[in-house]
Amino acid sequence: MDDLLREFLPILILTALAGGLGLVLMLSAIVIAVRNPDPEKVSAYECGFNAFDDARMKFEVRFYLVSILFIIFDLEVAFLFPWAVAFGEVSMTAFWSMMAFLGVLTVGFAYEWKKGALEWQ
Amino acid sequence: MSIADLAFYAFAIMGVSAAVLVVMSRNMVHAVLWLILTFLSSAGLFVLLGAEFVAMLLIIVYVGAVAVLFLFVVMMLDVDFEALKGEVARYMPLALLMGIIILLQLSLGIGAWIEADTARELRQAVTPDPLQIENTRALGLLIYDKYLYLFQIAGLILLVAMIGAIVLTLRERKDVKRQNVLHQMWRDPAEAMELKDVKPGQGL
Repeated sequence: MDDLLREFLPILILTALAGGLGLVLMLSAIVIAVRNPDPEKVSAYECGFNAFDDARMKFEVRFYLVSILFIIFDLEVAFLFPWAVAFGEVSMTAFWSMMAFLGVLTVGFAYEWKKGALEWQ
Repeated sequence: MSIADLAFYAFAIMGVSAAVLVVMSRNMVHAVLWLILTFLSSAGLFVLLGAEFVAMLLIIVYVGAVAVLFLFVVMMLDVDFEALKGEVARYMPLALLMGIIILLQLSLGIGAWIEADTARELRQAVTPDPLQIENTRALGLLIYDKYLYLFQIAGLILLVAMIGAIVLTLRERKDVKRQNVLHQMWRDPAEAMELKDVKPGQGL
């Protein structure tokens, strides 16, 4: 257990440094930077323009479909990881059960492709 | 206090405060971003427990995919933030009541929890010793043959989710013209055009 945690120590240090640096940069901008707002300064500058509309609007449901299909294949890959790591030691049952799993999802993939869900129209 | 303890308290405090901010933040996109921070700190907690595979899964699946889906859903909701401002105070008593009930239930449950003498050994007996084998490999040895039915059911559930998502959201748009490459390739030039021999001065 301690060995595992020791292996993760560099990642912890990196995360702490990244988070700390981000916080320091944002906080120092709030504390140190000179702010002297003025209606002209904060208005949209030359090539910019004011927003036409609110950013919250309904958009194509197809984005949602792509996202869901991505999650499903993401989960499939997540199931592949332990199998691949233990590949040399798994039994034949485990090998063929993974093949069946991949087969089922390939059926889904074929259906998806045939339906044209992967195509943008 | 060792570094592991320090990391535990940092991740725990970060996780709980981010979870509070998920509920409290007015802007829902910000709420999703706080949710991502909650996932990340729970991933840190899982690593501290020694469950590195679950931690990585939390980052790959939840942060990488589910949070993106949540962002889509939040952006699809056509919500007026100005209209929401007064709602929080209105629902506060009900929310507090529900929170108190859940707290009571949790404390009752945890208070009445008696651990059997053999519980730890029983739990250890199912899984390989974490000191001997890394847990991704241990899972790989367990999931695919010992829990074969559950694994296959997971595959079928994924299939159903895929088909369901397609059936629910895919619609053919008739108003757009699309390029069909195969159709173009199979087009026979001989049938596409016909030459008519027109006699002079007669017309067709």
